[in-house]
Amino acid sequence: MPIDRALLEIEDLNAWYGESHVLHGISFDVREGETLSLIGRNGAGKTTTLRAILGIVRNRTGVIRFRGEDLTVIPLHAIARRGLGYVPEERGIFASLTVAENLVLPPVVKDGGMSEEEIYELFPNLAERRSSQGTKLSGGEQQMLAIARILRTGANVILLDEPTEGLAPVIVERIGEVLQLLKARGMTIILVEQNFHFARKLADRYVVVEHGSAIDYFGASELDAKMAGLAEQLGV
Amino acid sequence: MSIAARQGEGRVGIRTGFNLLVIVASAIAALVAPFVIYPVFLMNVLCFALFASAFNLLIGFVGLLSFGHAAFFGAAAYVTAHAAKVWGLPTELAILVGALAAAALGLVVGFLAIRRQGIYFSMITLALAQMFYFICLEVPFTHGEDGIQGVPRGTLLGLINLDNNLALYFVVLAIVAAGHFAIWRIVRSPFGNILKAIRDNEPRAISLGYNADSYKLRAFVLSAGLAGLAGGTNAIVFQLATLTGVQWQSSGEVILMTLLGGIGTLTGPPIGAAITVGLQTYLAALDFPVTVLIGLIFVVCVLLFRRGVAGEILAYMRKRG
Repeated sequence: MPIDRALLEIEDLNAWYGESHVLHGISFDVREGETLSLIGRNGAGKTTTLRAILGIVRNRTGVIRFRGEDLTVIPLHAIARRGLGYVPEERGIFASLTVAENLVLPPVVKDGGMSEEEIYELFPNLAERRSSQGTKLSGGEQQMLAIARILRTGANVILLDEPTEGLAPVIVERIGEVLQLLKARGMTIILVEQNFHFARKLADRYVVVEHGSAIDYFGASELDAKMAGLAEQLGV
Repeated sequence: MSIAARQGEGRVGIRTGFNLLVIVASAIAALVAPFVIYPVFLMNVLCFALFASAFNLLIGFVGLLSFGHAAFFGAAAYVTAHAAKVWGLPTELAILVGALAAAALGLVVGFLAIRRQGIYFSMITLALAQMFYFICLEVPFTHGEDGIQGVPRGTLLGLINLDNNLALYFVVLAIVAAGHFAIWRIVRSPFGNILKAIRDNEPRAISLGYNADSYKLRAFVLSAGLAGLAGGTNAIVFQLATLTGVQWQSSGEVILMTLLGGIGTLTGPPIGAAITVGLQTYLAALDFPVTVLIGLIFVVCVLLFRRGVAGEILAYMRKRG
């Protein structure tokens, strides 16, 4: 159940890739326990927003405040230790480690993370392949592993970038079920997703991103009224 | 269990099987060898095997190509020689002091070098190692071109006279085996997995919460310390520490040994060291310049078996298994 308190505040965030100005003062906030979906066309700046929050895009200005703390001034590796878990679009499974090693690699940052047994119960495919090399997994299994390893750390905010991209419908459904479960457990989720039909089953609120800024904000209850406009804006 | 899972386990099995086979064969060979082959030559091979493995810890498991590792090998040789000869420290303590000095030097060089990546990292390590070479040339305690000569081999724990080549051989064997065991433990530990993760995808390892620079520095210091263990032991074996140990050619040689044996494999660097030191020793009597021959072997290695001897064997076994 969402609690009305800003956990993560983004104000006037600008970011650059070299000379290219990608984020133009995007602002939004995320409340504890809610699922926020960033929606927008390809190249609108959704992924860059996540990467700028986590400091992967270093060239950025603006305010990124997590539980009142300015994230722009702390070292990159310390951001994950505050409890923000990132599942990147490319999944980032380590090639030379096995599934089990990939799973236990991230440091435990908070109490309350899932145990390895719980995770293997949630993802039986991973249990079966725990001694396989990370890169020998299918796309769906890599995605599950990328999510699974964040669950062990106790992170209570998860930033997901296109978790369903290129995956079979049955896998997409499974990932949807897992995210529903995390939501029910009170996890705060920031979801960047092209698959609008997937996002709408999960999201409590939406931020529409266009040309590197937020052009609209609305809650799940307003979605139906917004659908016609969104279809035009996003081409869904 | 699925086929893929079994294949994954099979691969791990092949690697473990191969490593086990090499360990058992090496252990038997190492125990018999000094009765057949000149022990001083064998001790030289062992020291360079440890040096190459220490270097491989950095390039093979962290992905950092240090072009200045001779500084650690040579620095430890000087410190061990000085400690044994001038301070009169017992042999085992002199070697330990040498290794610690190399680790301390590694902390300084690593602290400066890990801030850069790729070729810039290599160039910084080379530049700092060259600076260190000139320091060694100038400071009085190294005795310049003469080096520190007549280093006493001493005794082991005051009990066994190490002037006996055979006795010293088994001490060197124990030191080198302990060094390799340490590397094996490091590589297979959770710390080793973090190093491999940084090598595979550094930004990702950072975004998971690891301070990559700090881990790289720790690996650098460990590698320098182990290279120092090899250098200090070598100084005791030859009763000598000279500029040869710290010059850039030694840094080049250790790269060659590791490449020849197989980067990123645990068994490769000792194999590469044995081949290189063997060629240097047995071809030294020929009129043909050894460096040219070793250069040719290097070219052949790069062209025909880029994974190195151990790397190729492992790849072959994986293909068959």
